[in-house]
Amino acid sequence: MNRAERRHLVSGAMIALTYIAAAIATLPLLFILFHLARAGAAALSLSFFTQMPTPVGEPGGGMANAIVGTLVLISIATAIGLPVGIGAGLYLAESTNVRAARVVRFLSDVLNGLPSIVVGIFAWEFLVRPVGHFSALAGGVALSAMMIPLVTRTTEEMLRTVPVSLREAALALGYPKWRTSISIALRTAAAGIATGALVALARVAGETAPLLFTAFGNQFWSVSLNEPIAALPLQIFSYAISPYDEWHAKAWAGALVLISMVLIISLVARVFTRSRFGGAVD
Amino acid sequence: MLEAPSAGSRARSVCLATDDLTAYFGQKAAIRNISIEFADRSVTAIIGPSGCGKSTLLRCLNRMHETIPGATVKGSVFLFGSDIYAEGASSTVLRRHVGMVFQRPTPFPTMSIRKNVAAGLRVSARSDIARIPTNDIVEEALVRAALWDEVKDRLDQSAMALSGGQQQRLCIARALATRPRILLLDEPTASLDPLSTQRVEELIYELKSTISVIIVTHNMQQAARSSDRTAFLLDGELIEAAETGTLFTSPREKRTEEYITGRFG
Amino acid sequence: MTTGELTADPPTDRRKMQIREIAIGDGIYRVVVAACALVIPALLVLVASALGRAAWPAFSRIGTSLVTSSNWDVSSGEFGAAPALYGTLVSSVVALIIAAPLALGVAIFLSEFAPRWLRQPIGFLVDLLAAIPSVVYGLWGIFVLLPVLRENVMPFLRDTLHLGATPFFSGPAYGPSMLAAGLILAIMALPYISSVAREVLLAVPRSQREAALALGATRWEMIRDAVVPYARSGIIGGVILGLGRALGETMAVTMVIGNRPEISASLFAPGYTMASLIANEFSEATNDMHLSALMAVGALLLSITLVVNAIARLLVYRVSLGSRA
Repeated sequence: MNRAERRHLVSGAMIALTYIAAAIATLPLLFILFHLARAGAAALSLSFFTQMPTPVGEPGGGMANAIVGTLVLISIATAIGLPVGIGAGLYLAESTNVRAARVVRFLSDVLNGLPSIVVGIFAWEFLVRPVGHFSALAGGVALSAMMIPLVTRTTEEMLRTVPVSLREAALALGYPKWRTSISIALRTAAAGIATGALVALARVAGETAPLLFTAFGNQFWSVSLNEPIAALPLQIFSYAISPYDEWHAKAWAGALVLISMVLIISLVARVFTRSRFGGAVD
Repeated sequence: MLEAPSAGSRARSVCLATDDLTAYFGQKAAIRNISIEFADRSVTAIIGPSGCGKSTLLRCLNRMHETIPGATVKGSVFLFGSDIYAEGASSTVLRRHVGMVFQRPTPFPTMSIRKNVAAGLRVSARSDIARIPTNDIVEEALVRAALWDEVKDRLDQSAMALSGGQQQRLCIARALATRPRILLLDEPTASLDPLSTQRVEELIYELKSTISVIIVTHNMQQAARSSDRTAFLLDGELIEAAETGTLFTSPREKRTEEYITGRFG
Repeated sequence: MTTGELTADPPTDRRKMQIREIAIGDGIYRVVVAACALVIPALLVLVASALGRAAWPAFSRIGTSLVTSSNWDVSSGEFGAAPALYGTLVSSVVALIIAAPLALGVAIFLSEFAPRWLRQPIGFLVDLLAAIPSVVYGLWGIFVLLPVLRENVMPFLRDTLHLGATPFFSGPAYGPSMLAAGLILAIMALPYISSVAREVLLAVPRSQREAALALGATRWEMIRDAVVPYARSGIIGGVILGLGRALGETMAVTMVIGNRPEISASLFAPGYTMASLIANEFSEATNDMHLSALMAVGALLLSITLVVNAIARLLVYRVSLGSRA
């Protein structure tokens, strides 16, 4: 084999290696999803969604409180995180102070990379420690802190896709600057921003660490903002590390529900964008 | 209240006048020391080769130039005697009386045809139009823009479903709906087919009995056809401004003649 | 049409009010939007100050023994978190050793060699890895990964490959281990590294590739010599970003690492990480000094991740700026 042939052989081998890398990278996902579907479906039933957790040994029981708890928590997170994130995104997209915007953008990325448990500590320090008890509000705030950088980033990106000519058209009609930003620019970018918000939502819905010492979890039914609240990830965690087989099974069911929630939200986001564009362009 | 002059009189009142106007993009001046008067209730065309500053001059008339980051203006522009660049003058209120149509159509993509046309009404607090039902205003504007027949059955459909030429006429209707006293047109028919172009020129003719129209165009024939007065710009300077007939048949400046006869540009 | 409002007469009251309304509207908008933007640095300041303040008592009393001592004994007031620090670093490094080449391979695959119909689905699946919650990874880790490790992988490494002779693969292998943590972290970090690497590889200008091919390079040589070096700092940035993610991971690691506060060279041995330490003991912190010590560990973790993430971002920014220039 001469040199040229050898080089081509090496090239082919390396290319094959990348194929293998891709295969290896996608395998764990398929394994996890497959196992999740199997173990989760086995333990899933209607009562899972409607019943409260029962002590070990008792038949039935579900994670109704945890499912609702997660919904409450992500609602709080969205109520705080979405407006702040959109506002910050507007600032970054429109600010004439280039240096300030660059700093905020950088810090937003830094905030995004914080360990989630540290975010939990922050919420604990300001919302749990002073009042002496855990609360859904504290958990929601911790989650919102994780949502804000994500929403900010997508809002800014989507706003930048709005052509300057559109803003100029509004200004030329006598729209004040604030109205141009909100009624024209934000509205035009709304579909993309909503998608980004949903993606951020899916991400924080699965977080556990920030909730460990804020929402804390609750064996009983509670939707009060001022009391500890159950959450799917927390429940999955405590069931998973417990010594009971039937709780392990329930943990799988909970994980399946959680993943389905995350996937459904992501899919809705995708469909939402496509339908918006599909309807507008003829 | 400014009166129109009697028929046959050459003296027309002035709606807009610039005084030593210079407009910058950063440090670079796009137009320099321009002093020009625009007659009321008539059509004035601004012509010149690409890059001569015609659009910049137009955009100074409704203070759109300064919306570009780093762009500044020196000098004054008088709208019926008031300096629009005076301390405390509001550019936003100004633009509710001076309408503009841009070169490329810019319909608002998330709004229907009806909402697009009525978009300016939402911020225009003028008493004379506040009392008229929105739908009437929309219809009138679309009729004047020669678009009514084509869209009257689908007013609530998205504006993006229209063709390019229709979208541009939609933008014209949108500008007309707020009944501006002065209409600025920046190469409005550049992307239009000949039939739509003709309709727009007919509209301009119709408008000039009640409002003033200033149109930037690179199409000399259009300027000769539609305007009463024409101004010729070159490299940011005003070379000549005169009655259209005079400018095109016996221009005073050599550079004007060279441009008109196609020697350059 | 009224020209009354346009003349040189002094502005009417109505017009003055209009002007004022517009100014107020613009003013309020600017303030609200800037306030929202300020929340971000404010949050960071709050996080840092909360941790710093609460950690201070422990820092001042314990000092550097926090990171040098291995004795974490709450009752006697000894708080040596060296095993946790060691575990955080080692598990993350192990994760990177596994994930970085894989992620780079995937990124090269997706940006260069993948047939068009495969590109979207594979890319989507890899990105989906990032969407799986940490606790689900942990669940899978406990019930699927650990048994596989214990029964198949670890014996294979120790006996079949004779790696058991080395200190890295010695000792009892019950499952929960640094290796398990490294593996799970690798899976979790992979999509982040791959996503950044993909972006920077795609940003390499066509001219680079064409020049190499025109000189007679094989496709692999083109990648190795023309494309990857060009994107090098971006790829490194992506790897460091993955490192940042791995350092801060809590749940999945806690569930598979064994939570044993000991330093061991063996990957088969259970270990501890800073995040797990905090997660396990926070709710049961018995006294103020214990709490403060946990906060100190948190502050340490925060500092490390801040520095790592900042470096990663700077590297990635530099590449994106460079490719635009």
